[in-house]
Amino acid sequence: MGFMENAWLVPLIPAVSFVLILLFGKRMPKQGSELGILAVGSSFVLSVGAAIGWINRVNDAESAEGEHALGMVFRAMGRSVGRFSQEEGHAVLPVEPITRSITWLQSGGIKLSAGIQIDGLAVMMMFVVTLISLLVHIYSTEYMRGDRRYTHFFATLSLFTASMLLLVVSDNTLQLLVGWELVGLCSFILIGHWWEDKPNSDAAVKAFLTTRTGDIGLLCGVIMTFFVVQAGTGEGSFNIVALNDSAANAGELGVSHTLLLWTAVGLLAGIIGKSGQFPLHTWLPDAMAGPTPVSALIHAATMVVAGVYLGARVFPVFYEGFSIADGGVNPMALVGGITVIIGALLAFVQDDIKKVLAYSTVSQLGYMVLALGVGAWVAAIFHLFTHAFFKANLFLGAGSVSHSGSHHSFDMKKDMGGLRKYMPQTFWTFMIGTAALAGIPPLAGFWSKDEILVNAGENDFQVFLIVGMVGALLTAAYMTRCIYYTFFGEYRGGDHAHADGAGDELVEHHLAEVQDEHAHAPVAVATHDAHDDHAHAGPHESNWLITGPLWVLSAFSLGIGLLNAPGIEKFTEWFEPRFAFPDLPHAEFSVAWASAAVVTGLIGIGLSYAYYWRGLGPQRLSERNSLARAGKTFLVNKYYLDYLYENVIVAFIKGPLANAAYWFNQHVIDNVLNYTGRGAMTAGHVVYDYIDQKGVDGVVNGIGISTDEAGSAVREIQTGRLQFYAFMLVLALGVFALALWIAA
Amino acid sequence: MEWSEWALTLAVFLPAVGAVIVMLIPRAQEELIKWVTLLTTVATLGIVLAILFDFDYDRTHDLQFAINNDWIDVINSRYHLGVDGISLPLLALSAFITLLCVIYSWNHFPEPHNPKAFLALMLILEVGMNGTFVAQDLILFFVFFEIVLLPMFFMIGVWGGPNRQYASIKFFLFTLFGSAIMLLGFLALYFQVDAPGGSTFDMVRLTEAAGAGMTHNVQLLVFGALFLGFAIKVPMFPFHTWLPDAHTEAPTVGSVLLAAILLKLGTYGFIRIAMPILPDAAKSWAPWIGLLAVIGIIYGALGCLAQTDMKRLIAFSSVAHMGFVMLAIASLTDAGFNAAVFGMVAHGLITGMLFFLAGSVQHNFDTRELSRLGGLLTQAPKMGWILGFCAMASLGLPGLAGFWGEFPALFSVFDPGMGMSEAVFRTFMVIGAVGTVLAAGYLLWMLQKVAFGTPKPEFAHAHIHDVNAFEWTAWLPILLLIVALGIYPNMLFRVTDGAATNIINGMSQAIGG
Repeated sequence: MGFMENAWLVPLIPAVSFVLILLFGKRMPKQGSELGILAVGSSFVLSVGAAIGWINRVNDAESAEGEHALGMVFRAMGRSVGRFSQEEGHAVLPVEPITRSITWLQSGGIKLSAGIQIDGLAVMMMFVVTLISLLVHIYSTEYMRGDRRYTHFFATLSLFTASMLLLVVSDNTLQLLVGWELVGLCSFILIGHWWEDKPNSDAAVKAFLTTRTGDIGLLCGVIMTFFVVQAGTGEGSFNIVALNDSAANAGELGVSHTLLLWTAVGLLAGIIGKSGQFPLHTWLPDAMAGPTPVSALIHAATMVVAGVYLGARVFPVFYEGFSIADGGVNPMALVGGITVIIGALLAFVQDDIKKVLAYSTVSQLGYMVLALGVGAWVAAIFHLFTHAFFKANLFLGAGSVSHSGSHHSFDMKKDMGGLRKYMPQTFWTFMIGTAALAGIPPLAGFWSKDEILVNAGENDFQVFLIVGMVGALLTAAYMTRCIYYTFFGEYRGGDHAHADGAGDELVEHHLAEVQDEHAHAPVAVATHDAHDDHAHAGPHESNWLITGPLWVLSAFSLGIGLLNAPGIEKFTEWFEPRFAFPDLPHAEFSVAWASAAVVTGLIGIGLSYAYYWRGLGPQRLSERNSLARAGKTFLVNKYYLDYLYENVIVAFIKGPLANAAYWFNQHVIDNVLNYTGRGAMTAGHVVYDYIDQKGVDGVVNGIGISTDEAGSAVREIQTGRLQFYAFMLVLALGVFALALWIAA
Repeated sequence: MEWSEWALTLAVFLPAVGAVIVMLIPRAQEELIKWVTLLTTVATLGIVLAILFDFDYDRTHDLQFAINNDWIDVINSRYHLGVDGISLPLLALSAFITLLCVIYSWNHFPEPHNPKAFLALMLILEVGMNGTFVAQDLILFFVFFEIVLLPMFFMIGVWGGPNRQYASIKFFLFTLFGSAIMLLGFLALYFQVDAPGGSTFDMVRLTEAAGAGMTHNVQLLVFGALFLGFAIKVPMFPFHTWLPDAHTEAPTVGSVLLAAILLKLGTYGFIRIAMPILPDAAKSWAPWIGLLAVIGIIYGALGCLAQTDMKRLIAFSSVAHMGFVMLAIASLTDAGFNAAVFGMVAHGLITGMLFFLAGSVQHNFDTRELSRLGGLLTQAPKMGWILGFCAMASLGLPGLAGFWGEFPALFSVFDPGMGMSEAVFRTFMVIGAVGTVLAAGYLLWMLQKVAFGTPKPEFAHAHIHDVNAFEWTAWLPILLLIVALGIYPNMLFRVTDGAATNIINGMSQAIGG
């Protein structure tokens, strides 16, 4: 049990390792990577301990036959808590999360605390984050070997892991926001890891700014969560349990629906930015400019699901705010649904293997948000869980291909092909990941995707059921295409691969590593590529540091879905909240729907196979048919969203708008000032010449002389403009005195 | 006399003693001058630290270390000093930053050199800054408020950049104009407020009176006078145009002091004087102040995006950041006042640091043109990382100090105090939140242009030196403080909370009763 109470150690350990690597990393024998691995490994062990502790707690609660005192606090307040569902034949007892907190700050009678909330969702995430982070650390020791910022890379990985875990264990939305922004920072640093090249730093800035745009909503949403709790309990707080309780029982507690709706809208904007949802998904594919292990860890398995995690964490807010129970269409399901399709379609026109996977991630994140939007909480989180493994598997596989098979290129069409012969382990693990993603039973993705679909249908969201089916077809098809280009056919790579890369946009954009070899810039740092030892050898299998993590992830991709297979359903039992949570229906596993989904996937694979392997169907259609060409152009240009954002919106703000504001500043506001000044000086001269000199000259003669002397000392610097100030002072005095007199 | 009675006097006037000594030393003995200045600022900080240590944090709303002696009897103006939870952090910031500026200046005095005059002015400046934060009498406050003006005027006018004449005069006249109007406001307070015990300049007694004896219209007008004085100093849109010029032309430490301390005199004036002394008018003015604040947030950010000069960009960012502080003040809530003080300290540290960096970049490259810079991370990696760190802090990254000025400010306006319109202030909140994205935009673009990429050909073989020992000594404390305040914000909130609550309670009582 101690593991759960002390779960604050889980983020703390990598945070300490971040500082240590920063300070001492370069002097360590393995340049700091050992510290990172040790820290994340320890966190992993603690996370497993916490997970076991939680599972025991759930089991204890069930065996205690309702005698359990958990949830007493809230029940004493006279409210319904937890879910008492009869669907499985026995009451599901509330299992209270374990929370601990300390005062963080106190301001204006408001006490904000920092703390941990350990429950099923938290331990599940802790397990995923620490495990994948650990594997990525190990993988990176080989993949990043000889990198010019190796130590720095591991330091940032540690910071990332700490921040992500901080977000996960957080017991309040404010602390969650802190973790949220910190993972964004790490993402920024790691995407821009090779910042010498402008495309990389562009991608980093784009990622940060796009997610920040969503954070406008998140900031407001988090602020509003405080007031939701205030409306519900009488005392404002960011506490998540109190928030969920207030939202879940909004009707009884008199929390206004409008407030919940706006809170949900704000938070959804944050989710859209972070989890790559339409229309803010555009940063995610660009984020592939970072090193591949980073793509696997941050941009597939963990950080990008932070949005989904937030959605799940405070689900009652969305459930009530968007009236999800009513079915039909709601913003959350809609955003998710659109993202599923637009992401999947874009994956078809990518030549860069990482971009295929990135758009696939966008699409799969769409599934998760869609699932939350249709009220399928367990399905969303289960898909998050399985997706983390198979997508990390695929990304690391792509990294392995580029590392050992294609001379650090990610261009499937140019530099890959036929690699299954050279890299059997990478090939098979990649196949497992693909099958899991495509939803082939009994692999992981099948179970989780099916659960989303069947629940969407059951909860009266038929439109989204169809969207999900179409998405499944597309997913299977683009992954088959990806496999074809990468592993089948003839090997197209070779030493010429990067020589002609200069003119190729793709290579230029995403192969910072390659460019380093040809560094045209006078950078006086050790070049990254210690891969020279094999740069001129042919494609070959990667070593165990790379294949090891691949196999571990493949094992999870293969088997983990069974956790929630019908008749087992441990995932639901262990991880679904039973405290301050709406009573959600759970659709039964349906053989008919499952078969339909599998058949759909197989059709996708079949079509793709026929097209790419057999050359059937309308080959090169886009060269002959103008409509097809238009469609392809539309896709290649990513629906022109990037154009809209970068060339229209951002360009407008940075260009005309900023310049107009600045012009206004310099020519309007400042001129008012300058003319006032000049006018006052003229007036001063008039007064001086005609009144002072001719009128009161004699009277102020004595004073005038001394002022003159004092003035001449300053005059060197300020060329005598000081008089007009004196005049204005007198003028202002008069005006003010007059005004005061009138007002009084 | 007790230590607690002369502590503040010492903290304020020790720099003046130092300045006199410096002026007596012959100009050629530069080392001696530097050491005397350093010792003076160290001793001053020592006294301030002793005050920090002795301060009773259980009653932060009380004026502590108070001294209240006769001063100018004719006008009932008294020598009244004291610190509460709002003054204390700002006093500490002032003493702290001045010391670091002396250290930073050690080896790079700007042209025309003359450390004697430069350091003497800096010490006089410190007298004004420290004094303003502890004065409890309006005339005394005004004197300190004005003392600040001259040294900065000369710093810009003598040691400044090519356009220093225009900038220094603009700075001087603009702010002096504001303070002249403000002085009228003070006079009106003296003559019009029915304070217990007769007409007074005493801020404590005026606060107790809370505008008694004034009609609402007079209150509004007098508040307007105070507003003008303080708003120009902050500076708020549309009174900000002196700021970019002054910053761009000022020598590095001048900019640092200007950003870190001088701007805070204005916001401090709002919290300490304008709001509590005229609560009725404050309530009527607050929505308009909030409006100008959010305009400033967006407008300042847009101004930043239009800049080609790194230092001018940072200067414009102050307009946006002080917008957040003013927005928090306009909320008229205790949470807002806390946020404002936090924002002031955070902005002082972060923007001060950014100006230090801009100075060192100029020192190295002899330019601040963003289009000519690039690849700082390869040529001076430490400086590049510090720039990245400060950019992140400035854009309000949680975990660093800037966040706790920004987020609580937005938070406070969701539920404004004194029964002001929620709809209006919630709109401000959303606009302010949009400002955070623009802030991220200009800071990251600046970072990208200065630090990322590779050096431009003209500087490819230039000798660029990374952060040196003096810079480390001056910067490290600031950097550590930015992290410390970011991780444990209660360090500051617990100091200000009692005082802020006290002011807000007083105001709502005055309005309610």
